[in-house]
Amino acid sequence: MSNAPAMVIAEEPIRRAPVAFVELVRTHRRVTVGVLLVALLFLIALLSPVISPHDPLATDPDNSYLRPLSPGHLLGSDELGRDLLSRVLWGARVSLPVAFVAVAVGLVGGGLIGLTSGYAGGLVDLLLMRLMDALLAFPGLILAIAIVAALGPGLRNAMIAIGIVAVPVYARLVRAVVLQLKEMEFVVATRSLGANPARLIVAHFIPNLLNPIIVQVSLSAGFAMLAEATLSFLGLGAQLPTPDWGQMISSGASFLTNDPWLAIVPGAAISVTVYSFNLLGDSLRDALDPRLRS
Amino acid sequence: MTTYVLRRLMLMLPVAFLVTIGVFMLIHLSPGDPALILLGEDRTPQAIAQIHEQLGLDKPLYVQYFIWLGRIAHGDWGRSVTTHEPVAQAITERLPATLELGIVALVWSLLVAIPLGTIAAVRRGSLTDQVATGITVAGVSIPNFFIVIVLIFVLSVTLRLFPFGGYVPLTTDPWESLRHVLLPAIALGTAGAAINMRFTRSSMIEVLNHDYIRTARAKGASWRRVVFVHALKNALIPVVTIVGLQIGGIIEGAVVTETVFTWPGVGRLAVESIFNRDYTVIQGIVLLAAFSYMVANLLVDLVYGWLDPRISYA
Repeated sequence: MSNAPAMVIAEEPIRRAPVAFVELVRTHRRVTVGVLLVALLFLIALLSPVISPHDPLATDPDNSYLRPLSPGHLLGSDELGRDLLSRVLWGARVSLPVAFVAVAVGLVGGGLIGLTSGYAGGLVDLLLMRLMDALLAFPGLILAIAIVAALGPGLRNAMIAIGIVAVPVYARLVRAVVLQLKEMEFVVATRSLGANPARLIVAHFIPNLLNPIIVQVSLSAGFAMLAEATLSFLGLGAQLPTPDWGQMISSGASFLTNDPWLAIVPGAAISVTVYSFNLLGDSLRDALDPRLRS
Repeated sequence: MTTYVLRRLMLMLPVAFLVTIGVFMLIHLSPGDPALILLGEDRTPQAIAQIHEQLGLDKPLYVQYFIWLGRIAHGDWGRSVTTHEPVAQAITERLPATLELGIVALVWSLLVAIPLGTIAAVRRGSLTDQVATGITVAGVSIPNFFIVIVLIFVLSVTLRLFPFGGYVPLTTDPWESLRHVLLPAIALGTAGAAINMRFTRSSMIEVLNHDYIRTARAKGASWRRVVFVHALKNALIPVVTIVGLQIGGIIEGAVVTETVFTWPGVGRLAVESIFNRDYTVIQGIVLLAAFSYMVANLLVDLVYGWLDPRISYA
C-alpha cells in the first residue's frame, strides 16, 4: 500500500488565494471527471437507503445464489439470499465514512505535528521528525495490522489504525510548506508587526496549505479505502453482517468456482471508488502544481 | 563514501530505537494486564505471577522496556502463547516460504514491467502505451486481494493452468515447488509490476530526451541499440529505488497473498497470530518487518549512489 505524500507547494505562495475550485473544475477535464465520479459516489452513499431495492441485511434462503439480471435482483443474491446490489450500494456508506474518519485522523494529527515542527524548529522539530521517521519505518499495512492487533479487530479500530498510518505523511507535507512559508517576506513582515503565532497560522499558513492538502486528502482517501478493504478482507476491519466491500469479497471468494460474481461485484465497486479518488488526486496535483501549470 | 555510510547508520539508530519502543508498547496499548494477554486461556495465579516476574511487570515501564530489549538483542524473542514455540524459531521456519514467494513475485513483476514500460515510453501514445497506462492505473486502484481472487478464478479455476494452494519446499522438489509458487507469485507481483512499469516508463521518457541519446543516434547507432544499451541502463536507476523498497516490504506484501493461498509464510503467521491474540509473535513479525524495511531503505540509498556517480555524498 503506497501512501506517498503529494508535494504540491507553490513557488510563490505570497498571500496567493487558493485557486478557485469552480474555475479549476471548469478548465481541467480530468479534474471534472474526478469530481463528478467522487460526487456520484457520495450521492450513492447518501441515497443508498432510498435507492436500494432491498434491505442489505434481509436474508431469503429461497432466493440464494441468484445470478445477475435475475428478476428483482439486478446483481443477483448471495449465499443467504441477500440482494447483492443493495449490499454493494450500502457498502459505499461504510467505505466512504471510514475513509473520511481515517483521513481526518491523519490530517488533524499530522497537520498539528507538521505545524508545530515547522514553526518551532530546533529540538522540537528534530524530535517530532524522528518520531515520524519511526512511524514511516513500518510498512503501512504492517503498522495498521499491529495497531488493530493491539486495539482489537473492528471498523472503529481499523479507522484509527489507517489514520495513524497517514499521520507522518501529513506531518511531513505540512512541515515542508510551513518551512518554506516561514522564510517568505510577508511572513517575516507580519511577525515583525507583532502578529502572534495563532494569527500567523490561521491567517497565513492554513490558506497556503489548502492546495497541497486538498490533493493529499484525495490521494489518502483512496489509500484509506484500500487499506480498510484489506483489513476487512483479512477479518480485522468490518465484522459480519456489515455490508462492507472487503468483507463481501472475502466471503464471496469461498464461492468462486460456481458464483464468481459474489466476489467480482464488490471488487469492481471498490476498484472504481479507489480509481475515482486517485484520478481526482492525480488531476488536482497536475492542475495545482505550479511547475505543470502553464 | 565511508563517512556517508557511517552517517546514515548513525541517523538510523534513533529511528531504530523509537521503532523498538513502538513494538514494545504494542502489548501495553492493549487494554488489560499484559500477563493475561500473554497467557491466553492458561491463566492460573502461579502462571500470572511467573509472567509478572519474567517480564518485570511490577517494575517501571522503562525498566520493562530495557529488559525486553536486552532479551531481543540476545535472540530471545519470547514464546508463542498458542504453540509455546520460540518466536524466533517460528519466524525462521516460515521465512523461506515467504522469501521464495517474494523473490519469484519480484522477478515476475520486473519481467513484465521493464519491457512493457520501455515499449510504452518509446511508443508514447500508441496502443501499447495506452494498455500499459491502463494496467498501471488498475494496479494502483484495484485491491491486491481482488487481483489475487480474479487470477485464481481465471488461471486456476477456469483455465486450470496452475494448482491452487499447497506449498512444496524448494529443497524437496524444485519443479513442483516452482509450479506451486507461480500463481501466488503472479498474484503478488502484479500490483508491483504496475508500479514498476509506471516508473520505468516515466524514467525512460526522461532519459530519451537527453542530449547523449541524440548524440548516439547522430553517430549512427540503431534505435534498438540506443534504447536497450544507452537509455535503459540509466532509466532503471529510479526503478532500483522502488524495487529495493519492494524487497524490504516482502512481508507486508505477502500478508494477503499468503492468507488467500494458505501459504505457510510469515504473512499468514501474522494474521493467524492476531486472531489467536498471540502478541509475542506479532511483536516479532512487526519488528522484523520494520527492520527489513529500514535496512532496505539504507541499501537503496547506497546502491543509488553507486549506480549514479553524479550523486554527491557530501
